[in-house]
Amino acid sequence: MSSTFETIANIIAETCDIPRDSIKPESHAINDLGIDSLDFLDIAFAIDKAFGIKLPLEQWTQEVNDGKATTDQYFVLKNLSARIDELVAAKGA
Amino acid sequence: MRLEYFQLIDRIVDLKIADRKISTEATVPGTSTIFEGHFPGFPLMPGVLLIEAMAQTSGWLIVASNGFSRMAFLAAVKDAKFRMFVTPGQKLSVEAALLHEGSGYAITNASITLDGKSICDATLTLRILDFPNEEMKLRMREAAARVGFPTEVPANG
Repeated sequence: MSSTFETIANIIAETCDIPRDSIKPESHAINDLGIDSLDFLDIAFAIDKAFGIKLPLEQWTQEVNDGKATTDQYFVLKNLSARIDELVAAKGA
Repeated sequence: MRLEYFQLIDRIVDLKIADRKISTEATVPGTSTIFEGHFPGFPLMPGVLLIEAMAQTSGWLIVASNGFSRMAFLAAVKDAKFRMFVTPGQKLSVEAALLHEGSGYAITNASITLDGKSICDATLTLRILDFPNEEMKLRMREAAARVGFPTEVPANG
């Protein structure tokens, strides 16, 4: 989890020009870091490449819109890291 | 090209889904009111329209990849470079390659050449969304037929 967080924090810092030390596991990508949906596509692309996965952004968005999930579950970075770890594990299964 | 209708692509020359590549042809019209302003006495194809030609070419590739089930909308343009002037009447070759297909978006590398010489290139991000209505889907089908979009796209290209 920690290395996953480090990777995505570095991606966010580089992609969105956000100081690395302001990106914490508790940071919400949208509410705290101010990343909008278009910028998040760049982050998703870099994450997809780095981990060899496909972040299910459309599914997550649908779940949030339907009230089945909160944005915290996917966009607080420690939670995003956990989701990425699950996707990586599922890929290898 | 029919610039007044924003039809930048004349025809699909080659489409290989398996290789995630497409080539199209786009001939700049000999006359257009656009050239009266860009520029007076020195008509040039505007760079933004060259980007649009690359975006439309990328769009056909993405729509072919998803079996015409969803539409591609230009969302971002990166590293666009314009290396040579394009003038009325020139026949351009446009190419796009799918760099990544994510969830609800795709990224392409696109380029335009003229007689083998590089004209411009860029990396494009396109959002992939459901067709907003049936009319648009129908119109896009008509546009597809106009540019020679294959009626049945082979899965292996």
